[in-house]
Amino acid sequence: MIDSKSWDWETSEKVIEFDDWKNKFKWVEEPYASPDGEKIAAVVNVDEGEFNVCVNGETWENTFDKVWYLRFSPDGRLTALISEMGEWTLAVDGTPWEDKYGYAWNTMFSSDGKNIAVAVQQDMKYSMAVNGIAWKQTYPNMTNYTLSSDGSKTAASVQVGEFDSGEIHKFQEGAYTAALDGKAWDTKFVNVWNMAISPDGKSLAAEVRLNLYDYTIAVNGKPWDKTYTSVWEPIFHPENNTVVAPVRVEGKWAMAEDNKLIWDRRFVQLWNQVFSPDGKKLAAVVAPSYGKWTVAIDGIPWKVTFRDLVTDLAFSSDGERLAAVAKEGETWKIVVDGKVWNNTFDMAWKPVFSPDNQYVASRVEKKGKYTVVLNDRVWSHKCEAAWDPVFSPDGNKILFRTIENGNYYRRIMPVTELAG
Amino acid sequence: MSEPAKKEQEKVVDQGIDVGIARLTEDKIKHTINSVIKVETGARLKAYVETCIHCGLCSEACHYYLSQGNDPKFSPVGKVKQTMWEMLKKKGKVSPEFMRRAVEIAHTECNLCKRCAQYCPFGIDIAYIMTVVRRIIHKLGITPLYIQDTAHSHSVTMNQMWVKDDEWPDTLQWQEEEAQAEIPTLRIPLEKEGADIMYSVIAPEPKFQAQLIYQAAVIMDVAGVNWTMPATPGWDNSDMAMFTGDNELMGRLKRSHFETAARLKVKKIVMGECGHAFRSVYDMGNRWLGWKMPPIPIVHAIEFYYELLKAGKIKIAKKYATPVTLHDPCNVVRGGGLEEKARYVAHAICEEVIEMHPNREHNYCCCAGGGVINCGPPYKMKRIKGNKVKADQLFRAKTDGAETLITPCHNCHSGLHDIVTHYEIGMDIKFFGDIIYEAMEKPGAIDG
Ligand code: SF4
Ligand code: SF4
Repeated sequence: MIDSKSWDWETSEKVIEFDDWKNKFKWVEEPYASPDGEKIAAVVNVDEGEFNVCVNGETWENTFDKVWYLRFSPDGRLTALISEMGEWTLAVDGTPWEDKYGYAWNTMFSSDGKNIAVAVQQDMKYSMAVNGIAWKQTYPNMTNYTLSSDGSKTAASVQVGEFDSGEIHKFQEGAYTAALDGKAWDTKFVNVWNMAISPDGKSLAAEVRLNLYDYTIAVNGKPWDKTYTSVWEPIFHPENNTVVAPVRVEGKWAMAEDNKLIWDRRFVQLWNQVFSPDGKKLAAVVAPSYGKWTVAIDGIPWKVTFRDLVTDLAFSSDGERLAAVAKEGETWKIVVDGKVWNNTFDMAWKPVFSPDNQYVASRVEKKGKYTVVLNDRVWSHKCEAAWDPVFSPDGNKILFRTIENGNYYRRIMPVTELAG
Repeated sequence: MSEPAKKEQEKVVDQGIDVGIARLTEDKIKHTINSVIKVETGARLKAYVETCIHCGLCSEACHYYLSQGNDPKFSPVGKVKQTMWEMLKKKGKVSPEFMRRAVEIAHTECNLCKRCAQYCPFGIDIAYIMTVVRRIIHKLGITPLYIQDTAHSHSVTMNQMWVKDDEWPDTLQWQEEEAQAEIPTLRIPLEKEGADIMYSVIAPEPKFQAQLIYQAAVIMDVAGVNWTMPATPGWDNSDMAMFTGDNELMGRLKRSHFETAARLKVKKIVMGECGHAFRSVYDMGNRWLGWKMPPIPIVHAIEFYYELLKAGKIKIAKKYATPVTLHDPCNVVRGGGLEEKARYVAHAICEEVIEMHPNREHNYCCCAGGGVINCGPPYKMKRIKGNKVKADQLFRAKTDGAETLITPCHNCHSGLHDIVTHYEIGMDIKFFGDIIYEAMEKPGAIDG
């Protein structure tokens, strides 16, 4: 997690001109604001086939043949995937990693932002690179890239068996496995999909398919001894390293922990499970019946259901509260502790809890204008762009990052001013 | 008119079927059939089987039947008789050889086009029954090789053509660069969170037909659409697992597609000109996952072009002068009701549109759909022979003056290409996108 204590929580407003960048460059792409709100950045086209990044009006020193996937690391460093002379790598604050690759993509950050990983391909061989250092091992194919929360470990599904196109029976013998920090498991599977790295970095759990029909979860290469007709992505318990995954049993979905079914109820659908930070509660998106979606906490669904979609589950830091985004028709809603807010939106982003868990805020959009909603009260500003609101460590203030009338604004406001 | 199709080999060599059949026992067959029927079907199959009065009214609906000299073997009810009825009657006690014939019927003699359901007085959906047969075939491991290989590709890469994770964004960036030679400021925005639209395609586009992505990008750019394409798996909307009866994999693919759109916070998914993919995201896959309707609305290219043209967001500089005829793809017309919008688009971009007959929801299938073309070369002649009626239909349209055939579906495009070539019909085949790209105003273009 990021320590935001050192951020400027006093200056009520800072403004950076943004629209005038358009006069300096051929085009300016969609902007990104830094987590602390001090910087606004965008990929800019300088000339034909010449790209750069503009940060607070200043470009990086060098231009590149291509720049894409501009993203701030949680610690505020600005990264982008860049290419020069047909080679690709990651640039951090304008400086490319020394090693270049045939292609580099899928930037991932540790939660403190210190470790940055990308997937890389060189001469059609695949591996992952962390902070510019690639795995020693390479594989003929790789998918499902995973970075541990502290960024010390990387993992992916890798191909370890050979088969030619059309050799379906060879494929069905199993040609894939998972690799943790480049080291592949000994066991081969027909498929290896989403995976998770344990909090201590020692274990890796993944969805696997043993043949065309039997699915299960494999932990450190060893599949659970029971199989299911399907499974979804596993997660680790934050404290005790158990593995939890939805599994399909007799046409319905159940929650399994270390291969034992833990919730009484079965669901038409069950996925996106998350633990509360202390691991005491487990929540997931569920469909209790066909076409009805909600959230279940420890297997008990909220009474309210939604027709289309429930997404973006967020636990409060004490695990007592839970917020989510829901959609019905063209209307997006915020739901907190099973209650739907009155205000509705054309789009809503993942809710954020204040450190004392009293407030919930979300970035929202209506009729093409962006703003922030806090405890169901909509901020009056209608912005051209907005980023997720951030609470100060003491929970008294809130940081807004927006673009209004062509200018980028960093604002600090007392929470009470919006909460009323 | 044309040369008759070459005589089909009596027995097709297909390792997917042959190896699988060799591993079968009668016990396994019986157990699999009975468990699929008992656990996975229920009232619908029972009602269909009990309601059918064997009247044969559905026969005239099927292009295979009509093309094969009204051979009852190829009639819709004939296909059920040779497969599901026997399985039910014998309580699953059928032989491996019976299953081999069932694979041929369900995978290569039925396009799941649902034309017959419109002719049955009870609306019996033969395609559904064939889907259940395919599910049994999947469970027995005797699916034809080519389409099984495609399902394997889906399982590894989440796309149909073994396109690797890096090849996808690389291809989009290459197409963006190509298109910038025409419109210097054009972008294919990747991973642009909060765009209005996510554009998704099927994997043959980046693999073999990248110009279609180029054309779509030009259309988006000129229309001023706030759009994006994902740089991650989930970009491919196609789904051969739907046709092999691997429902679990179909669900996995559709989840990946919809979750990608949800992650990008788009309001809609616009998909390219593909029919089966539409069925997978609009009907089959979403429903298997528990969604009555797509959780993020799906807009097929036909509807998207209709909206752009109607709103004047793209303007036609010069209508396409060659007379065209329009093929109505089963999945977006019978399955999606887009026939009038397709005509609106055709008339907006072409000087002359000549209807083929029958048309709209009564149109004949291309004979490629339902995964049939994906069963590969061993069945190509059967597919072409099985659709002589389509060739006749196209000939009539040609006699009426049509020189170009518009098919807003990938499978139809390929299938009709084979028909047009084999029967020497002499028609150009185009997507709507090809013609729009050619005919539209491009204000930002270098020589526009
Ligand atoms: S091909 Fe079409 S008309 Fe013929 S049986 Fe199959 S679904 Fe019916
Ligand atoms: S038309 Fe309907 S009732 Fe008659 S044979 Fe065909 S499926 Fe059976």
